[in-house]
Amino acid sequence: MNIHYDARLDGELPRRDKAEVLAHLQQAAPGLTLLHREEDLHPFECDGLAAYRVMPMLVALPETLEQVEALLKGCRALGVPVVTRGAGTGLSGGALPLEQGVLLVMSRFKRILEIDPDARIARVQPGVRNLAISEAAAPHGLYYAPDPSSQIACSIGGNVAENAGGVHCLKYGLTVHNVMKVEILTIEGERMTLGSEALDAPGFDLLALFNGSEGMLGVVTEITVKLLPKPETTKVLMASFDDVGKAGRAVGDIIAAGIIPGGLEMMDNLAIRAAEDFIHAGYPVEAEAILLCELDGVEADVDDDVDRVREVLEKAGATDIQQARDEAERARFWAGRKNAFPAVGRMSPDYYCMDGTIPRRELPRVLQGISDLSDAYGLKVANVFHAGDGNMHPLILFDANREGELEQAEALGGKILELCVEAGGSITGEHGVGREKINQMCAQFGSDELTTFHAVKAAFDPEGLLNPGKNIPTLARCAEFGAMHVHGGELPHPELPRF
Amino acid sequence: MATPTSPQDRDVSTELGERVRQANAAGTALRIVGGDTKAFYGRAVEGEVLSTREHRGITGYDPVELIVSVRAGTPLAELEAALAENGQMLPFEPPHFGDAATVGGTVAAGLSGPRRPWAGAVRDFVLGARVITHTGDEQRFGGEVMKNVAGYDLSRLMVGAQGGLGLLTEVTLKVLPRPSSSHGLRLEMPLDEARERLAEWGRHPLPLTAAAWQDGALHLRLEGGPGSVAATRERLGGEDLDAGFWDDLREQRLPLFGGDDDRPLWRISLPQRARLEADGLDEQAMLHDWAGAQRWLRTELPAAALREACATAGGHATCLTPGAAEPFTPLPEVMLKYHRRLKAELDPKGIFNPGRLYAEL
Repeated sequence: MNIHYDARLDGELPRRDKAEVLAHLQQAAPGLTLLHREEDLHPFECDGLAAYRVMPMLVALPETLEQVEALLKGCRALGVPVVTRGAGTGLSGGALPLEQGVLLVMSRFKRILEIDPDARIARVQPGVRNLAISEAAAPHGLYYAPDPSSQIACSIGGNVAENAGGVHCLKYGLTVHNVMKVEILTIEGERMTLGSEALDAPGFDLLALFNGSEGMLGVVTEITVKLLPKPETTKVLMASFDDVGKAGRAVGDIIAAGIIPGGLEMMDNLAIRAAEDFIHAGYPVEAEAILLCELDGVEADVDDDVDRVREVLEKAGATDIQQARDEAERARFWAGRKNAFPAVGRMSPDYYCMDGTIPRRELPRVLQGISDLSDAYGLKVANVFHAGDGNMHPLILFDANREGELEQAEALGGKILELCVEAGGSITGEHGVGREKINQMCAQFGSDELTTFHAVKAAFDPEGLLNPGKNIPTLARCAEFGAMHVHGGELPHPELPRF
Repeated sequence: MATPTSPQDRDVSTELGERVRQANAAGTALRIVGGDTKAFYGRAVEGEVLSTREHRGITGYDPVELIVSVRAGTPLAELEAALAENGQMLPFEPPHFGDAATVGGTVAAGLSGPRRPWAGAVRDFVLGARVITHTGDEQRFGGEVMKNVAGYDLSRLMVGAQGGLGLLTEVTLKVLPRPSSSHGLRLEMPLDEARERLAEWGRHPLPLTAAAWQDGALHLRLEGGPGSVAATRERLGGEDLDAGFWDDLREQRLPLFGGDDDRPLWRISLPQRARLEADGLDEQAMLHDWAGAQRWLRTELPAAALREACATAGGHATCLTPGAAEPFTPLPEVMLKYHRRLKAELDPKGIFNPGRLYAEL
């Protein structure tokens, strides 16, 4: 797709003179670091979705809440849009800058304000890295559960904005399940506390609404997360299969046996070979699929579960089952999975990571569909899944230097997401919509739902200044791109003009 | 696996949508009712009764997916029975407050039972929802999958909104296997010791799924595999506790909730270890559920004084005695502003349960 903000499809934005905006903001927020020279702006032109790049008008690097407040008020007064960014590791272009907007970078808010081991909470600033929270809690035998694969780099503010997941979601939930309270600033510069250190708060559940809202409703300035006691023991089984469908069915069989694994991951042959070549994790390179099943908890229960899972895997037709003998081997099994993306990156000049979710029972059918699409587009696809919760990460291999291949990869990706929606799933399980999947939102939601989303946005940001062009498409955009998804000869949004 | 059905299953969403459309056109306030078992929870609503009870039935349940979709008017007991048949449960252990309780009312009220601090609340298990909006259209939010971050999380926003933002017609919930082993314990100990031990236990992976202190005794529920439950039971000692205790606690059948005590009944939500201090408040006389995070008491203390003490301690207080002018803790000014704006955007004519949460909404 054309990544640039398109006023025709995304809505009109005021155009302001850069020098005028800079002067105004310098006055409004004394001491605020504002980058404006091209060479200083370059590092901020993309987030983790590096294929999409836009140079922002200005980059703001505040260090105090007062500066953020003054910046927001200043931008609102001028009608200048604001895109908030954390560590910039997001994979959907949610922090893609706007040419006529200010990029608000929260990375200098990186203090851990409090770890309370008795209350089992951590209060942190938004720029704190995800893993840093678990590291700070470790001396107390506690940790922060959501672990996106970027956890060494991604920041907790971005995790809240995207409702980030990880490999342990089935048992421990997403970000929304692990955040107790956030402090936010509205575009009008007002402070609000959502949630509480108690287990609930009066009024609507705005905390749930803000999780995953992609910086469209406010700016998160402080986060209180729940900490969990580290499991007493953790065991990992790796099962090989000669057929992807069998592996998929084994996943359902484990759940049907009443077991909720801490992690349940699946990789197909291409992903296995890539990971093995890179990490030497001891993966069986001949297998069509492997399952990694992690069981954690109290020793006696975990031992029972390991036995039961083994039995289930054998019945499901696993050709080989290995149990990690020690912590080092467990780490090695996981290293292959956690490095699957860079491993695939070594096989191909570029890759494009998808994030669709499906009901688990649809796995065999959707895999076949992906394989057919891969043939049709002539691009290889490696498959990595959070199998336990039906979250797929097909990786499309391509070479951006070849004429038209990026566009082909995007088109294939779009088809894969539509396949997920058609199977009863979603276009994104944990990476977010951002700019990347803005058109696919038209496949997942009808104009009525989109209108309701816009109404929610209007309650918090009536002028549409926070992260415009992301997350929720305009009806005009869906009229233009939704035409691709004509069902039964019925044109979606017939009431709207077409460009 | 076929979805369980009942002869009473019916889809009346079209009729419900038409009622809402007409009410919106005429500006008629609607009082949304399921089993009407939770009318005491919140302010009285003046409006035409709109019942969801005809709209019932489980529309999708595949135990292997750990997901169930169910219409709002379905009796909560019917859903729980269908899950139990497959060895599964609603992990948030919702209270019923009567046989007529419906799934829609359970989600709209957003109340969770004793397992809440360990398993999560209602909202943590809501994956998707169908909602009839003010225009009368039934809209779908969230999804029927475990993970879905497309669009704003309107399904979770509906939880606890008490029908003030739209008419819930169907919800999709995550379910979990029932624990294979469960055992209740009663340990005599003073409140301060219970607090200390709960804090200590909280830092270790113990198989705890309920903890309540009352009248000099800590009541615990251990759940998990047989091995861990037996080992923990041995370690902690104490006497056996009948499982009925947790039902009575959840359904508010313990003596504190009933009897002829006509002082107002309060639910206090606080950080687990917070002290609640005010003249005329006796922590010893309270029932401390959720390992201390949810406390129940009867007191004549004026609402403002009690709420001030709660705010100081980092929590809030809800009055459960019917007829209270302000059952829920008033919102700070900025919060109220955004609540009003949200209500105005999603329910511009104020037809959905007006005033149920707050007079202004």
